[in-house]
Amino acid sequence: MLYGLSTCGWCGMTRDLLESLDVKFSYLYVDKVGPDEQEQVIKEIERFNPKLSFPTLVIGNDHVIVGFKEADIRKALA
Amino acid sequence: MTSEVAPITDAAAVALFERLNREAGQAGYHLNSDQEFVLGLMRGLLTNRERYGYLACPCRLASGVREKDLDIICPCDYRDPDLAEYGGCYCALYVSAAVLQGRQHLESIPERRPSAAEREIKEVGQHAPPLGEALPFPVYRCPVCGYLCAMNTPPLVCPICKADRDRFVRFF
Repeated sequence: MLYGLSTCGWCGMTRDLLESLDVKFSYLYVDKVGPDEQEQVIKEIERFNPKLSFPTLVIGNDHVIVGFKEADIRKALA
Repeated sequence: MTSEVAPITDAAAVALFERLNREAGQAGYHLNSDQEFVLGLMRGLLTNRERYGYLACPCRLASGVREKDLDIICPCDYRDPDLAEYGGCYCALYVSAAVLQGRQHLESIPERRPSAAEREIKEVGQHAPPLGEALPFPVYRCPVCGYLCAMNTPPLVCPICKADRDRFVRFF
């Protein structure tokens, strides 16, 4: 699951990388969800990343990669 | 879903780029040389200005309340320390000369902005009372670039980095 912002450069690069790796993933642009839903989503992200920074990538249930860390992402999905 | 703002035109993105690039150059800063990446950030900034009324950082989740987002109005309070430590700001919009010249590699960096709970505590400390009556004028500090001015009120816009007046904090 990729949590990102539609306005953020690193989030776009992370999404492009995941697409190029041909893995199945969902993504959510947190800046585009309505205020009520956003509160829920923020709580969800803070469980994985208390800093609430983007992109936050959650692989499986608990493998969290914060930021566009290309090598880490490739390794985790290899 | 919130109602989406009108799409940002290429011309608007280029115009913002030209302004920021000119101001950066005048103040000794550099924008990232990856034109496509930077224009994407310009669209993000302009989208945020449409949404919130100010140029909130495109790589951070803004609250929409200017007073709460003052530290992440671009250029943000964290740009200079991030440039010094990592060679780039959080978004990689601003980069150091070393990165620009290819002597330093830039990647996604850790978030320097304190968490929401930590920020609330800091806000109280930022408005500490003056130290005494010794100074003939109060001193205001620009949190973006550190510029100090001894005037009864801070300038409308920081003459060094162009940050708006409401971002200045009383220093002495």
